[in-house]
Amino acid sequence: MKRTLAGVLAASLALLAAGCSGSDDPDAGGSAPGGKVALTYWSWAPNMDKVVAEWNAAHPDIQVTVNKQDGGDPAVAKLLTAIKAGSGAPDVMQAEYQKIPTLVSAGAIADIAAETGSLKDKFPESAWNSVTLGSEAVYGVPQDSGPMMFFYRSDVFDELGVPVPTTWEQYADAARRIHGADKKKYLGTFSANDPGWFSGLAQQAGASWWGVQGDSWSVAINDAATQKVASYWGGLVQEGAIANTPMYTPDWNAALNDGTQVGWLGAVWGPGVLEGNAASTKGKWKVAPLPQWDAAKPANGNWGGSATSVTTQSRNKKAAAQFITWLNTDPAALKALAGTANVYPAANEATSVALTKPPAFFANQPDFYTVAADAAKVTNPFTYGPNVNVAYSAYNDAFGKAAESKQSANFTSALATMQSTTLDDLKNSGFKVAG
Amino acid sequence: MAAASRRSPAATVLLLLGAAYCLLPVLWVVIASTKSAGELFSTFTLAPSTHLFDNIATLSEYRGGLYWRWMANTALYAGAGALASALVSAMAGFALAKYAFPGKSVIFNVILAGVLVPGVILAIPQYLLLAKVGMTNTYWSVLLPSVISPYGIYLCRIFAAAAVPGEVLEAARMDGAGDWRAFAGVALPMMRSGLVTVFLFQFVAIWNNFMLPYIMLGDDRLFPVTVGLSGLLNQGASQPAMYTSVITGALLSVLPLVALFLSLQRYWQVDLAAGAVKA
Repeated sequence: MKRTLAGVLAASLALLAAGCSGSDDPDAGGSAPGGKVALTYWSWAPNMDKVVAEWNAAHPDIQVTVNKQDGGDPAVAKLLTAIKAGSGAPDVMQAEYQKIPTLVSAGAIADIAAETGSLKDKFPESAWNSVTLGSEAVYGVPQDSGPMMFFYRSDVFDELGVPVPTTWEQYADAARRIHGADKKKYLGTFSANDPGWFSGLAQQAGASWWGVQGDSWSVAINDAATQKVASYWGGLVQEGAIANTPMYTPDWNAALNDGTQVGWLGAVWGPGVLEGNAASTKGKWKVAPLPQWDAAKPANGNWGGSATSVTTQSRNKKAAAQFITWLNTDPAALKALAGTANVYPAANEATSVALTKPPAFFANQPDFYTVAADAAKVTNPFTYGPNVNVAYSAYNDAFGKAAESKQSANFTSALATMQSTTLDDLKNSGFKVAG
Repeated sequence: MAAASRRSPAATVLLLLGAAYCLLPVLWVVIASTKSAGELFSTFTLAPSTHLFDNIATLSEYRGGLYWRWMANTALYAGAGALASALVSAMAGFALAKYAFPGKSVIFNVILAGVLVPGVILAIPQYLLLAKVGMTNTYWSVLLPSVISPYGIYLCRIFAAAAVPGEVLEAARMDGAGDWRAFAGVALPMMRSGLVTVFLFQFVAIWNNFMLPYIMLGDDRLFPVTVGLSGLLNQGASQPAMYTSVITGALLSVLPLVALFLSLQRYWQVDLAAGAVKA
């Protein structure tokens, strides 16, 4: 539903706004010295208004209003609509890392390098690269990151005597044993609805779907690393060891609740999802690092994570930059982000000031955030391109069919479809494409 | 005549199926809203539970009672929008039915064509227009586009033509009534029962509208209940969707519509019957 709507929005816009360029008002007004500045902030993190209340209390001159948005795609579609229309965008916007190249090429978010100064040392390299896109510009301040982790029902593993998998080979074995012991149970599912999940797994295997050299882009979705991941999952689905139904559906919620899904390849924000969907299973879950392709060379991928950016329509870039720097680097803000807004802050300092206790749903695992921090440390680099939405919807279509067919061969051909769709779109949109 | 009074089992079965098709989803919502989050997808579909009031409490607590603000917003959008729309439709319909002016048939045909254009298609152009004047993300951005209803104008023209005799207007003018007086004092009361129909149509259309407010509004304090509830399901990958709150919210949000229909139904029936007798 949300994807369809976002698609409709974007498509209709492309048609209708083509001849309609908003008259930009470069007026820097509204921020006369000593005057009050009012900023709006679009975010979908829960309780963000409460985090921002701390800022508002301490900064009477820069008052920020949070407008809670629908998660992810709809908010971006709405922002792009407002940018094209010439008014209606907020000052500050939550921007997922994979959307930043799109937002930059649409002229939606501003370079705030001059306003923030260098914050490079405060963040892990992968997060900082996501907001600079490898350039001198700064398109936002990293807010949270989503190192992937493996959640599993420790009670079921213990009962069956299945060891917790540390490699993908062992994961496959565990999946077979669990499904073999009870035909209703699955260790996991291949979700054709969640391209972010799949790209995280590909990132772990060493893929980087886009690349940029100078001003020309390249697409490497159908590379050896991603092929390895696709055929691995295609194989598991084909033999029936893993389910082929999407995540985040009522069925999936039910399966987490009644114990027919006994594992989940999620990310650090997973406890909130498990708690909301399967509260009755509290205390039965544990978390481990993702299984590895090569146990000697541990690697990891990201699912989710976002930065806070200043939009090009903001008339108070300086105040906005000041606010987002505080929000994502100040110890008090980090504490509030982790404790109240339920995000995993990207800032290096977060582990020492904010993430000292495990999330409530994982009270039985005191080292939860140690596992997360170790996973985050080995995150592979990954570059997103300006048409992530096209690649992601190609994923939904192509892998949706492949998952339904339960044929391993269709998984690898779905990858070829994604590759050609994404590459063609880049060319058609007028980007310079290498090769 | 004998055929008319004989029962046809096939027709009865068909109607029963139709009734079940319409009522089962309603029944599902009623039952599901009594279940806790854990029970929602795990217990038998038609087995009610006891958590209705817990669900209402959870829903009411969400972001400091935002749900009730959405309800109030929807009431404002639908109430004020439908009232304004009924008035504008009455004026336009009256003018089209009772005045002769150049271009009248062209205007009427354009409005008639407007009936065929789905409102969804207009949402984006309306957004771009309102963005030009900086009025997106305000109450007006949802109210203004709701005021014009081609279908309402079309209906009102028919009502005005049928219910307001030319002689009565003539008499009003003879007594010195101006255009406004003839409309407001004479024609409007005669069209009243037809206007209830227009009001109800427009009220329900605005109450259920999703696309227009979804595109126009960025501040969730301005949302109507439809957009607000859809947001509870689209929390992003890192948050669970709030199914129980959405189901409970959907149930509560149709109650005012049901009440409105039951209370205004009388006028509607009177109107249909009146037309039948007069004709």
